[in-house]
Amino acid sequence: MPYDIKIDNFEGPLDLLLHLIRKNEMDICDIPIAEITGQYLATIDAMQSLNLDIAGEFLLMAATLVHIKSRLLLPQSEDDLIEAEEEDPRAELVRRLLEYQKYKEAASKLDSRPLLCRDVFARKFPSPELAALEEDEFQSVGLYDLVEALRGLIRNVPEACYHDVTFEQMSVTDRINQILSQLAGKENLPFGDLFTPSPSRHEIVVSFLAMLELVKLRMVRLLQNARLGTIWLFPAVAEEHMAGLDFDEDVLGYD
Amino acid sequence: MDTIDLKPIIEALIFVSESPVKAEQIAEALDVEKPVVVPLLRQLCSDYASDSRGIVLEETAGGFQFRTRPEYAEWVRRLSRNKPFRFSRAALETLAIIAYRQPIIRAEIEYLRGVDSGGVLKTLLDKHLVRILGKKDVPGRPMIYGTSRDFLELFGLKDLSGLPTLKEFNELALEAPPAGDESP
Repeated sequence: MPYDIKIDNFEGPLDLLLHLIRKNEMDICDIPIAEITGQYLATIDAMQSLNLDIAGEFLLMAATLVHIKSRLLLPQSEDDLIEAEEEDPRAELVRRLLEYQKYKEAASKLDSRPLLCRDVFARKFPSPELAALEEDEFQSVGLYDLVEALRGLIRNVPEACYHDVTFEQMSVTDRINQILSQLAGKENLPFGDLFTPSPSRHEIVVSFLAMLELVKLRMVRLLQNARLGTIWLFPAVAEEHMAGLDFDEDVLGYD
Repeated sequence: MDTIDLKPIIEALIFVSESPVKAEQIAEALDVEKPVVVPLLRQLCSDYASDSRGIVLEETAGGFQFRTRPEYAEWVRRLSRNKPFRFSRAALETLAIIAYRQPIIRAEIEYLRGVDSGGVLKTLLDKHLVRILGKKDVPGRPMIYGTSRDFLELFGLKDLSGLPTLKEFNELALEAPPAGDESP
């Protein structure tokens, strides 16, 4: 039997069932299960043929419907007959449908209220102190912002197209000690200041590793005050404590 | 203080407040008892309601706040160049269920809606409309959810008892306009 199916946006299987029952003007207390199951499955088929993602819940409901249908078809056993009032297999479904309808209605009632910032508006008090505070509020720097900062630096360095033999360049350990001395006596340091105006690839990588190492050692904290804003290095331990530390290459495991 | 007319002072205090002000806060600022303030607040509310004003004084989320009248929303939006926001049906259904059934756990919400509600619940938490009340003492220790103060403020509710009464159904209602599609 061909069904005329219109695919609406259904919130879920209960929503779809309510729609089908209503469309066919069925009595909710006496749902013709065979008919509704057929229509429900046909709708799901149609959704599938439209390549709509069928959520597992729709399939679960299909199984429930088929299960109810089979229970209605089976003759009642004698045990069931002894239990005088055996519950209609459809009862739970009906309860859920009515309950769902209740909250669907409540949702639409809530939506029809005058909503703040949609239908009614209140004053927003732009307090100057508060605005300044927000700007200065630091948040921790995410991994992707860090990667973006590194890429920004590397992008500016031309790819070297010759083989360059150089003496041993600066090591990560040296760089860590340099950064620490750069930070000494300062409250913070912008990420960009770690690098010379036109750093070599080697310097960028070594400096970046040194910075990450410091973060790992919990000696430096990376903060920023806006997404994609400047990244700031903050010393995370007291200065006297820092000065006493001497980084040894063996400790860090870099060469 | 008896000789001073407190009403205009109260009006000023409400005007400068960013969020709904409680009667207690006003009483404290004016150094009077709360019962002195409450009737004056009620008077102010009816003053604004009776005059032909663009704003009304509303009791919301346990406090008082000046708000524009809903019929002028279009003009306010034109000035602020804001588009009206719209709730998704999933968000509204979930909010309604939490509002009426709190304290509630996610499994109960999902049973009532018949669909996974993890994503929409997270959005509501992020928007501070829903908050975590605690953990239920059952296996898995699921989170218990309830609505927040922001929820009351957004929907202009005095408190949870101000929610419209739930209609019990014994049969199918006639096709109701789907939530979320209503024009503001």
